[in-house]
Amino acid sequence: MPKNPNIKKVLVIGSGPIVIGQAAEFDYAGTQACRSLKEEGIEVILVNSNPATIMTDRDIADKVYIEPLTVKVLEQIIEKEKPDSVLPTLGGQAGLNLGMELDESGFLNKHNVTLLGTTARTIRKAEDRLEFKETMEKIGEPCAASLVVENVRDGADFAGKIGYPVVLRPAYTLGGSGGGIAHNRMELEEILENGLRLSRVGQVLVERCIAGWKEIEYEVMRDSAGNCITVCNMENMDPVGVHTGDSIVVAPSQTLMDKEYQMLRSAALNIIDELEITGGCNVQFALHPDSFEYCVIEVNPRVSRSSALASKATGYPIAKVAAKIALGYTLDEIKNAVTGKTYASFEPALDYCVVKIPRLPFDKFITAKRTLTTQMKATGEVMSICTSFEGALMKAIRSLEQHVDCLFDYDFSALSAEELLDRMKKVDDQRIYVIAEALRKGVDYDAIHDITMIDNWFIDKLAVIVEMENALKKEPLNPELLREAKRMEFPDSVIARLTGLSEEEIKGMRYKNGITAVFKMVDTCAAEFEAATPYYYSCFGGENEAVETHPTKKVLVLGSGPIRIGQGIEFDYCSVHATWAFAKAGYETVIVNNNPETVSTDFDIADKLYFEPLTPEDVENIVNIEKPDGAVVQFGGQTAIKLTESLMKMGVPILGTSAENVDAAEDRELFDKILEECGIPRPSGGTVYTAEEAKKVANQLGYPVLVRPSYVLGGQGMQIAISDAEVEEFMAIINRIAQDHPILVDKYLQGKEIEVDAVCDGTDILIPGIMEHIERAGVHSGDSISVYPAQSIGEKVKTTIAEYTKKLAKALHVIGLINIQFIVVGEEVYVIEVNPRSSRTVPYISKVTGIPIVDLAAQVIMGKTIAESGYVPGLQKESEYVAIKMPVFSFEKIRGAEISLGPEMKSTGECLGISKTFHEALYKAFLGAGVRLPRYRRMIITVKDADKGEAIEIGRRFEKLGYKIYATRSTANALKEAGVRARQVNKIRQESPTVMDLILGHEIDLVIDTPTQGRDKSRDGFLIRRTAIETGVNCLTSLDTARALATSLEHIGKEEVLTLVDVASL
Amino acid sequence: MRAFLILEDGTVLEGIRIGAEKEIISEIVFNTSMAGYPEVLTDPSYAGQAVCMTYPMIGNYGVCREDMESSRPWVDGLIIRELARRGSNFRKDVDLGRFLEEFDVPGIAGIDTRALTKILREKGTMNGMITTDEAYSLEKILPRLKAYTTGKVVEKATCGQKYVQRGSGEGKKVALLDLGAKENIARSLTRRGCDVTVYPAFTKAEEILADRPDGIMLSNGPGDPKECTSIIKEIGKLYETDIPVFAICLGHQLMALATGADTFKMKYGHRGGNHPVKDLRTGRVYISSQNHGYVVDMDKLDPNVAVPAFINVNDGTNEGLAYTGKKIFTVQFHPEACPGPQDSAYLFDRFIEMLN
Repeated sequence: MPKNPNIKKVLVIGSGPIVIGQAAEFDYAGTQACRSLKEEGIEVILVNSNPATIMTDRDIADKVYIEPLTVKVLEQIIEKEKPDSVLPTLGGQAGLNLGMELDESGFLNKHNVTLLGTTARTIRKAEDRLEFKETMEKIGEPCAASLVVENVRDGADFAGKIGYPVVLRPAYTLGGSGGGIAHNRMELEEILENGLRLSRVGQVLVERCIAGWKEIEYEVMRDSAGNCITVCNMENMDPVGVHTGDSIVVAPSQTLMDKEYQMLRSAALNIIDELEITGGCNVQFALHPDSFEYCVIEVNPRVSRSSALASKATGYPIAKVAAKIALGYTLDEIKNAVTGKTYASFEPALDYCVVKIPRLPFDKFITAKRTLTTQMKATGEVMSICTSFEGALMKAIRSLEQHVDCLFDYDFSALSAEELLDRMKKVDDQRIYVIAEALRKGVDYDAIHDITMIDNWFIDKLAVIVEMENALKKEPLNPELLREAKRMEFPDSVIARLTGLSEEEIKGMRYKNGITAVFKMVDTCAAEFEAATPYYYSCFGGENEAVETHPTKKVLVLGSGPIRIGQGIEFDYCSVHATWAFAKAGYETVIVNNNPETVSTDFDIADKLYFEPLTPEDVENIVNIEKPDGAVVQFGGQTAIKLTESLMKMGVPILGTSAENVDAAEDRELFDKILEECGIPRPSGGTVYTAEEAKKVANQLGYPVLVRPSYVLGGQGMQIAISDAEVEEFMAIINRIAQDHPILVDKYLQGKEIEVDAVCDGTDILIPGIMEHIERAGVHSGDSISVYPAQSIGEKVKTTIAEYTKKLAKALHVIGLINIQFIVVGEEVYVIEVNPRSSRTVPYISKVTGIPIVDLAAQVIMGKTIAESGYVPGLQKESEYVAIKMPVFSFEKIRGAEISLGPEMKSTGECLGISKTFHEALYKAFLGAGVRLPRYRRMIITVKDADKGEAIEIGRRFEKLGYKIYATRSTANALKEAGVRARQVNKIRQESPTVMDLILGHEIDLVIDTPTQGRDKSRDGFLIRRTAIETGVNCLTSLDTARALATSLEHIGKEEVLTLVDVASL
Repeated sequence: MRAFLILEDGTVLEGIRIGAEKEIISEIVFNTSMAGYPEVLTDPSYAGQAVCMTYPMIGNYGVCREDMESSRPWVDGLIIRELARRGSNFRKDVDLGRFLEEFDVPGIAGIDTRALTKILREKGTMNGMITTDEAYSLEKILPRLKAYTTGKVVEKATCGQKYVQRGSGEGKKVALLDLGAKENIARSLTRRGCDVTVYPAFTKAEEILADRPDGIMLSNGPGDPKECTSIIKEIGKLYETDIPVFAICLGHQLMALATGADTFKMKYGHRGGNHPVKDLRTGRVYISSQNHGYVVDMDKLDPNVAVPAFINVNDGTNEGLAYTGKKIFTVQFHPEACPGPQDSAYLFDRFIEMLN
C-alpha cells in the first residue's frame, strides 16, 4: 500500500524532560522519525519541552515548539498550525498519554485531525489493565492472575486469595513508577497506597508473582496490511522481578530452544495483530524456567527504550520504519537502509552477541537503596557487541565508566562462601560481582541459581571469565593464554594487574604475536547480503572488515557514553552537531560511542560508527585502523575529555583547544597563575590530598568551604562543608576512589551565579548570551533554574563578564567552546569554574539565540575565524525572548535519595520555558517540569534558622496567593510574629497530627524545607522531603526556587492562554 | 585438537575439532538461524552438506532429542565459531558436543564463520573438507573437492518402507511422499486430524493411488532436483489425477519439473529463519523458514500449467506455485518450520480445506 496522500502536515509529540524511565531513546526515535517524515515531503511540526534534544532543532522539523507538554498547549498548537495528523507513538509514555487525552476529549475529531501510528482504541487495549487482560484472554494468551483495584482493601483481599508475594503495577506510569513486589500485607498497603496515587487513573494491578521466571522481550513491527515481523528478541539475565530497564539484557535470547523461541514469537505476533498496532511494539513475556508455561507481562504499543536497544542491536531502524508505516507504507515497500537491497519485511539475523548493562545513579545518591525492583532506577545504559557473551559482557562493564573493568573490581573477597550466598539474596547492581566471587570460592552453580534464579548458562559464562582470571594469575603468560584472554575481551590493564606485568609489556606481546582487535560489521543479515551502511564492533580473532579509507581529511569524534546525572543528552547533541559540521566541510567522520539510546549511534549520522567502549585501549584499536587526521574531544563531555592524553600518545592531534590548555583549566596552580596574569579574581582556596591538609586549608579560609575533586563533571563529590568533621567526612567519600588529581578546597561565596558559553577562535570570542541562575551559588548549575538573558545584573557587570571571558579564553588558547561560571557579589565578579569544552547549556542557548554554537565552534576548530563564519565577535545582542531552563528530577524513583539541592548535581533532565516576558517563561518552565499548582492551596514551610527571615517574605506571598500555611514550631513562630498566618503542626516524633500526617493526607500542594547541614539521613527533614516526593507533593529545598515559584503563581491568572513560540523561526 | 576447513578455492581456515574425529568432504552451506541447531542438524534436506551456522555461539541449550526432525543428524559436518561447553535448558538431554560424537558427526569450531559466509556469498556454494590431518596436501585434496557431488541423496534420506501415522482417526487420509521429510510435516497433518501414510521416495504412483488418499503431500528433501528423474516421472502421474497435492521444497521443485518447468542452482541459496515471502494472492508477507539451494525458474513457467503464488521479497525468486485448473499448490519454503517461524502454518489448513 503506498503512502496515504492525505497526510501532509504532522504534529510529532516528543517525550519532554529526561527522567528515569524516559531518557535519550526518545530523542533518538523522534529525530529518526522526523527525518523519515521529511524525506517523504511531509511538513513536520514538533512539540517537546526538552531543549537539549536534537529533535528540537530547526533542521529536524519545520516548526519547533519548545513548550510544556500539556493537553492545553497541544490544543493551542493544533489550533494554530492545523496539522492533519498527530503522531503520538514516538514520544514515549508521555507522548502516548497526551495523544490519547486529545483523542478521548473529542478534540482531534472536532479539528479533523487523525491519530497516526495507532488508534486510541489500540492504546486503551494495550495500556488499560482490564482491557488488556480481556484482550489477552480473548486470543488465548495467558497473563498472570491479576485484578485491577482502585483501593487498598480490594487489593489486600485479592492478594489474600492468590497468595503472597504479589506484584503491584500502577496503570499509566513511567518505568514502573510506584510499583513493586509485596511479600505481606504490610508491604502491600505501603506500595499500593503510593501506586494508586501515582497512577493517572488511580488504578493498580495486583498480580500473581512470577518473580524468578525468565524475562524475554520481543520487538515487533506491524503495518496497516497486517504484515508482522519481529526485529529481535532479548533475554534478561536477571529474571522477572527486576525491571528490564535495570536488568542486564542479552540479544538474541541464549537459553531458549527454537520451540520456546517460536512459541513466544508467535504469541507476540498474535498480540500485535489483535491490538491492530501499526508501527512498533514491545511485548514482554515471563517464561517458566522449567516448562513451556508463559505469561504476557506487558505490551508497549509504541517505540520504547527496548526498541531503541533492539534497533542498535540489530541495525533495524525501528523508529524510521514506524514513521513510514504511519504514512501508509507496508513493510515490503520500505527499503532496508543498511543493506540497501533488501526490505523492511524481514527479520534481522545477528551473528554476534549484544549485552546491555544499565547505568544506575547510586554514585550520585550514596544514601539510596541499591536494591533493584520492578521500578526502574537506571538513568541510562551501555550496549556492547562481541562474538561471545564473555567478550560482550567485559566490554559493557568497562563502558559504564564506573571505575570497574572486570568482575573483581568490586571486592567481595572478604566474604565467606556462606556470606556470599547470603549477600546474593540482595538483588542489586553488584550481584554479578558477588556471583563471580562465589564462583572463585568454588560455590556450585545450582546453589547460585537457586538463590538468584539466573540461568546456569549465564553463571557458567561468569565462571569462564573467573577461570581466565585464575589462569592469568597462576600460569605463565604465553601467547595462547593471552589470545584466549583477549577473546574474552580482558583489557590489557586487567591482564597487567593479574599477571604482574606492565600494560606496555602486554601490549608488546600482543602486537608481536599478531593479537590485535579486528572489526566486524553489524549488517542486519549475518553477512548474507552485502551491506551499504554498516557499523562496526571489535572482537579478537578472524578477519578485519573495517575498510581502510583514505579521504583527504578524516576526523574522529568521541561520544559521551551512557546517560548519567551530570552528563546527559546535551553532549550527544553536541557530538552529533559537530559531526554534521565536519561532514559539511568535507571531512570523513568517524564516531565512537557505546550508548544505544542516542542519535549519535544511529548508523547514518557519521560516515562510520564504531560501537565500542570509550577507553584508551578500545579507542586505540580504532585509531590503528582509521588513522584519523585529528580527534575532537570537546563535545563529548568528560568521557571524551578524559581520552585527550591517550589520544595524544597515540599520535592523534587534538583538534581545537590543546590538551595542555584543558589541563591548565583544571590544574589549580596553573589556573591560579593564569587568573593572576589576567587580573581576574576567584574565591581563594587550595589543593589538598588528605583530610588533614583539607582541614588546614579550610581553617585558613574560614568556613563554609567547598570541597571537590578536580576533573569531574556534574559536581560529583562536591560538598559545602561547615566544620572540620564535615571536611573529614567528605574527604573520605572522595578518596574512596583513588584520585589521580588533587582535591580542591575553596572559600564558599554566596552570590549570584552567572554562566557563559562562548566560542573562541584564538583571537576573537563570541558570547551568545549571559545566563543567570535563580538559585544562589552553592546549588549545582545543572540543578539551578537558568535564565537567559540575565535579569538582575547591570551593564557594568555584563561588560566585566564579557571582558573576563575573552581574557580567559585567550589566555587558555581556547579554540572552540568554553564554559565559564562566575559568582557576582555586588558588582564584584569572581570566576569559580572554567571548562574549555561544550557544556550542558549549549543546546538551549543555541536554540534561543538562533546561533548554532556547536557548528560555529566546529568551523573555528577547522581553522575559520568567527568573522569568516559570518558572525560579529563579542557579546551578542540580547534576544527579545526570555528563556528559562528548569531542572527536572527523578527523586521519586530512587528510594532513600536525598533530594536537597547542593553542589552535587541531582537532576536527570531539563525543560525550557520561552516567552517574550520573564513571567510567562517562568510559568511555562514550571509547567513543563510538571509543577501544576495550585490544587489544594495548602503548603508546609519548615526552614532552618538562618532562613527564617527569607521564609517570612515567601510565606507572605503564598498567603496572598490564597495558601493555607502549615509550619513546624519555630518556623510557625517566626511567620506569626511577622504577621503571616501560619498553623503550627507537630514534628514527626510528636503526637498526631504531624507534618507527616498532613503530607500523607494528600492535601498538600507544596513543601518548602531547607535542610540543616549535615548528611544524617535519619533527620526529620530528610523524612519529610522523602515522604513528600514519594507521595507526589512538590518539595523545594531552596528558597530561591520557592520565590521564583511564587512569582510564577502570581502571574498565572493573566496567562491562561500561552503565547506559542516557534523556535525554528528565531 | 587442531582441525582444518579446506575449501574448493584453496581457502584454508583453522579451528579446533568438535564432535567425531572423522575426515569429511561435503558441500559447504551457511544457515542464518539464531536458534534451532538441533533441527538443522537433523533435517534430511542437509544430506550431503556441511553446515556453517552464522550465529557464533552454538550449543547454548544443548540438544533435546524430542526436537530432532528425523532419527539422526544428516549433515556431514558442523562448522561454528564457538561451542558452548555447557548447554542449559530444562529440556536438554545431552550437550551438543556429545550429541555430535554419539552420531559420529564431525565438526570444527573456532572458525570465523562470518568470513566463511562472506566467501560463500561472493563465490557461491563450494565443496570443502574438514580434516584434522596436519599434513594435509592441497594439491591432493583440491581435485577431490572439485569432484565431489552430493549425488543421489534422496535415496539415503527417505524411509525404508511405508508406515502410518494416525491423527484423530476420523480425519482425511493423506499420502506423504518422503523425499527426506522433516517429521514436523507429518506432525502438522496429524495434529490437524489427518491420518498420514508415509511412502518411501521411490514408491510408484499407482501404489499410492491404490490406497485412495484424500490428498497427497510431497515433502522436502536433499540434493539437486534434476537427479530425481524416476521420482519426477511418478509425480507427473500424480499430477494427472484429481487428488489435491501440497508440496514443500524439493517436492515443490519436483512437481515443477514434472510439469515442464525448470530449476536452477542458486549462488548460495536460502537457509535460515528470516526470509520474507509474499503471498501473491493476498499481498501479505510472511517470514519463513528456508533451506534450499535450487529454485524454480519463473521465466520458464507456462501459465497454462502453473503461476507463481509466492515470491521472495528480498531477491524476487520463486517461493511457490499455484497449478492452473488443479487442486495443487506448492511452496519452496517450510511451513512446517522447525526451526523457524510458524507464520505460514496456515498453509496446512488451506491444504486440508482443499480435501473437503
